[in-house]
Amino acid sequence: MPAVPPRSPYGTGHLRGERTFPEAAHDELGNEQLRRNLGRATHSIRAKRLDVTGELPDWEQLRDAGSAIKTDTMNRLPGLLEQLERKVTEHGGTVHWARDGVEANEIVTRLVRRTGSDEVLKVKSMATQEIGLNEHLASQGIAALETDLAELIVQLADDRPSHILVPAIHRNRDEIREIFLRRIPGVDPALGAAPAELAAAARAYLREKFMTAEVAVSGANFGIAETGTLSVVESEGNGRMCLTLPETLITVMGIEKVLPRFQDLEVFLQLLPRSSTGERMNPYTSLWTGVTPGDGPQEFHLVLLDNGRTAALADTIGREALNCIRCSACLNVCPVYERTGGHAYGSTYPGPIGAVLTPQLAGMHAAKDDPNSSLPYASSLCGACFDACPVKIDIPSLLVELRHQHTEQSKTTAEKLAMTAAAAVMKRPKLFTAAQRTAGLGRVLAGRDGTFSRLPPPFQGWSDSRDTPAPPPQSFRSWFASADGAATMRAAAEEGARHTDDDPQEAQ
Amino acid sequence: MTTTARETVLRRVQDALARSDRPEVTVPRGYRTGRSLPDGERLALFTDRLVDYKAQVRTCTAGATATVIAEVLRARGARKIGVPPGLDPAWLAGYDGELRTDSPDLPAPRLDALDGVVTASAVSCAETGTIFLDGAAADQGRRALTLVPDLHVCVVDLSSVRTGVPEALARLVPEHPTTLISGPSATSDIELERVEGVHGPRTLEVVIRTDV
Ligand code: SF4
Repeated sequence: MPAVPPRSPYGTGHLRGERTFPEAAHDELGNEQLRRNLGRATHSIRAKRLDVTGELPDWEQLRDAGSAIKTDTMNRLPGLLEQLERKVTEHGGTVHWARDGVEANEIVTRLVRRTGSDEVLKVKSMATQEIGLNEHLASQGIAALETDLAELIVQLADDRPSHILVPAIHRNRDEIREIFLRRIPGVDPALGAAPAELAAAARAYLREKFMTAEVAVSGANFGIAETGTLSVVESEGNGRMCLTLPETLITVMGIEKVLPRFQDLEVFLQLLPRSSTGERMNPYTSLWTGVTPGDGPQEFHLVLLDNGRTAALADTIGREALNCIRCSACLNVCPVYERTGGHAYGSTYPGPIGAVLTPQLAGMHAAKDDPNSSLPYASSLCGACFDACPVKIDIPSLLVELRHQHTEQSKTTAEKLAMTAAAAVMKRPKLFTAAQRTAGLGRVLAGRDGTFSRLPPPFQGWSDSRDTPAPPPQSFRSWFASADGAATMRAAAEEGARHTDDDPQEAQ
Repeated sequence: MTTTARETVLRRVQDALARSDRPEVTVPRGYRTGRSLPDGERLALFTDRLVDYKAQVRTCTAGATATVIAEVLRARGARKIGVPPGLDPAWLAGYDGELRTDSPDLPAPRLDALDGVVTASAVSCAETGTIFLDGAAADQGRRALTLVPDLHVCVVDLSSVRTGVPEALARLVPEHPTTLISGPSATSDIELERVEGVHGPRTLEVVIRTDV
C-alpha cells in the first residue's frame, strides 16, 4: 500500500483554533449581537438561494453533473494537473508547486521580492488565508492589502473572517464606521454609517492603490486543465482590478480546484452563484489564460498548493470533501453555525464543510484536546447541509466517519462501538436519510418515556451504549427551525463544553 | 538529486489515489443545453434580468445606435469618453464630447479620468442577465477599459443573446481574456444591504439592438 501523504504541517497556517469547538462556541453563544446578525444574514441568503435554485427545472441534474465532474476530476487528478501546467506554460504563465503552506508562502514572497515591490493587493482567497500568507508577507516586510470590502473590514479591525462568503457578517454598520474612522488614513470624520457611505469610503481608499499597484495575489475558483484558463468569481470589481491592472499576478490555487474541460464551467457557473449569494449570476467573473500581450499582467504565476489535500484524497471518505466549491450554502443552513458563528471553528473553513475539511487537511492531532478533534462533533447531523450542497457532498456521513476515526484513535469504549455501528449506517446515506426523514418513526419505535432503549438493526450498536432520545414527531429539519430545537441546541453546546472529551455525543 | 515539489506533489496524488478504488464516472449531462427561445421571449427575459440587476436597458434598431448612445451619454453628463480601437466610429456620430481611443500604453489613472466608456459585446445570456466581453476583440477592448471608468455603455445585438449559460459559454474562445458582467459592481458586505458600485463601474447602460 503506498504511503499516506502528510497533512498540513502542525502549527502552520489557519487550520486549527486555539480552543475546542464547544469552548469557543460557548463564548460566542453569549454574543447576542453576533447571533442576531448571523441569523438575519443566513436566513436572508437562504431564502434567496431557494428562490433562484427553484427557478431552474434542471437544478438536480446540474447538481448530479457537478458532483460527477468533481469525482471524475479527483480520479484523474495527476494527469489534469500536468495538463493544466502545460497549458498555462504554453500561454506564457509560470507554474509553481507547493508541498505545503510554508512552501507556498516562500514562493509568493520570492516572486513579490523580484518585482521590487513591498506592497501587494489581495483578492479574497480562502487558500491564501488557509496558509496565513498575509502574516507571512508582513513578517518579510511586505504589506498585503485585502481589497474585498468585507475582507478589508476584517483586516483593518485585526479580526478574523467569520463566514466564507461574507467574512464581516459579524460586524454591524456602526462598528464598521468606527473601524474605518480609526484605520483609514485621511477618512472624513463626518463619515456616516449608511452602507453606501461606508462602501464609498472604501472605494476612495482602495482606488488609489489599484491605480498604482505593481503586483497582486489572488486565489482561483476554477482552473481548466483543457485550456489553462483560470477563473475568479466576484461581485465588487476589486477582483477585476487586481487581475487586470498590476504588472504581475500571482494566483494560489489548491490542487483540487482543477476542472477537466472548459465546458464544465457551464455547470459550475450555474451552481456556484445560485448556491452562494442566491443570485442568478454574480456581477463579475474573470477568465484568463496565461498572459495576453497588451492586456492585463504581463507576468503570471500559478502556485499549485497541496497542504494536506493529498492526505484528504488518500481517504476514500475524505476525498469527497475536496469536491467543495466553497459556495457557503452549507453554512447558511446549519443550525449549529447559525448559533456559534464562524470563529468557533478556529479554521479558515468554518461551518459544516469546515468541520469536515479542516481535520482532513490538518489532521486530528493525537493530543487529547486538539481543537480539530472536536470539530466532527460540531454538528447536529440534521442533514440540511447535504441537501443544500450544490455538489452533493454528504457532509453528515463524513462527520460521522470522522467521529469514528477520532474515537478509534483515542480509546476503546462503548462510545467507540456505537460510533462504529453508526458509521456503518451513515455510509449508506439513503438509509440514513430515510431514517431521519421519516416523521414519527422515532415515536413508533421509542418507549413511553420518549427514549429508545433498543433500536432495530442496524442502529442497535448505537442504542446499546445509551438511551437515545427519540426524535420529535416532526422532521428533524423543522424541529431544528423551531424554538424548541434552538433551545436544545444551545443546551447541547453548553453541555458539550463540559463533556466533549469523555462523551462526544453530547455535542450533537 | 533532490526531489522537486512538483515531483513530490504528483507522487502524493498518485499514492493517494492508489490507496483505494477509483470507480469510473460518466458525467450525466442531463441538464438543459441547446435551448433557443424566439427573439421576443429572449429579449423579454434578458431585459427582465438586467433590470433586476440594476442595469439600465434601452432597445433600438441598428439605424438608431448613434442617436441612442448620444442620448445616454448626454443624460449621464459624460463629456469624456473612452472607446476600444475597433469600435465602429459611426456609433459615436451623435456624440459631441471628447473622445479617447484606448491603447495598451494608456495607464490606469488616465482611464480613471474618463467619464465613461462605450463598447460592443461578444455574447450574452438571457436567463442570467450576463454580458460576455471578449478582451481580444477590437470592439470590446482591454479589460481595464470597461472596468476603471464609472459608466459603461454596452451595445448588445439581440442575435448574440443566447438563452442559457451553456449556450452562451459555447460561443466563447476559451483562451481569450473574458469578463462576464451581470449588472454594475455591487456588494452586500455590510449588513447584507446591497450597494451598487464599489470598485467597478457604478452604472451599466445596456443598448440592445433588436434587429441585429
Ligand atoms: S460543502 Fe457544498 S454547500 Fe458547503 S461550501 Fe462546499 S460546495 Fe458549498
